[in-house]
Amino acid sequence: MTATTEWRDTRPPTSDPHRIGRGAGGGGGDRVTGHGAGGPADKRTVVGFGFWIFLLSDIVMFSAIFATYAVIEGATDGGPTARQLFDIDNAWVETVCLLFSSFTCGLATIAAERRSAVWTQVFLLATGLLGAVFLALELREFIDLIGRGAGPQRSAFLSGFFTLVGCHGLHVTAGLLWLGTMMAQVWTRGFKPNIARRLMCFSLFWHALDIIWVALFTIVYLFGVR
Amino acid sequence: MSDRDHQREDDRTPGSHQASVLVQVATYTLGLVLALGLTAISFWAVRTHMLWGPGVPIGLCVLAIAQMGIHLVFFLHITSGPDNTNNLLALAFGVLIVFLVVAGSLWIMSNLNANMMPMPAMMSPQAQP
Repeated sequence: MTATTEWRDTRPPTSDPHRIGRGAGGGGGDRVTGHGAGGPADKRTVVGFGFWIFLLSDIVMFSAIFATYAVIEGATDGGPTARQLFDIDNAWVETVCLLFSSFTCGLATIAAERRSAVWTQVFLLATGLLGAVFLALELREFIDLIGRGAGPQRSAFLSGFFTLVGCHGLHVTAGLLWLGTMMAQVWTRGFKPNIARRLMCFSLFWHALDIIWVALFTIVYLFGVR
Repeated sequence: MSDRDHQREDDRTPGSHQASVLVQVATYTLGLVLALGLTAISFWAVRTHMLWGPGVPIGLCVLAIAQMGIHLVFFLHITSGPDNTNNLLALAFGVLIVFLVVAGSLWIMSNLNANMMPMPAMMSPQAQP
């Protein structure tokens, strides 16, 4: 087996600059990434891509819940409507919390790539605290709604609301548990390759949650109170 | 392992971004500022009375899609480069399915509602349009 660089195709790009299915390293043949002697891509790439597929399928699952909510939003059964129930200021604070936690999560990724344990922990902690504030605000809103007789059993609209927002909240809760686990693993085992891959997957997960929240606050809260 | 990661010119995973610390932090900061700005505009648009009412929902959709794009580019580092082809193709497929599920559901259900019997003809007074 020769060195990696010897079999890389250095010809100028042809009409297919993206080289779909032929690996980033070169033209065709059996020696490029993912084919024959070229072997599979390195583990970090494979793990990251697999997790990206998971996130996309999670987003597809959310799309079904979004579609359900959009269909039954008007079915209030004579009960309270979105305009009467939702507090847009609360949604604004939640949005800002989640957005900043996504930002600090990105900073934690940068620190982890530089193998700086202290800064990784600091930014992961900030991410976790902002996520916890988000979750507390959401729980407070749920308790307030149920206390006002607008629980999930009141109407189809409220069932859809609690399913959609609650499912996102469950994802954030799972993310917080994962985050705590990652902080403990970085603390005890340092930046071993498998720990670094888990940290990468966690940051992808956290950013994806923020993307879902953008659709959620627009469709549920902004369309609701308008 | 990590040496090998940097030597090979493989495909890139979402979220990986090879640049200096300053450039990376600047990328995230720019993404944060843009996302905050778009969010602020959407929240302002539903409160204000300066805008033409019927146009606001379309504006909100555009702002939300733009903000998701900002997240994908600045936080997840999805690019149109050759090393991102797999990520982009998977994303395109996901977007297609999401669009089919959401738009298809809304279309079918609004069609059913439009063709439903008038309210008084229905037995149950609980039925909602």
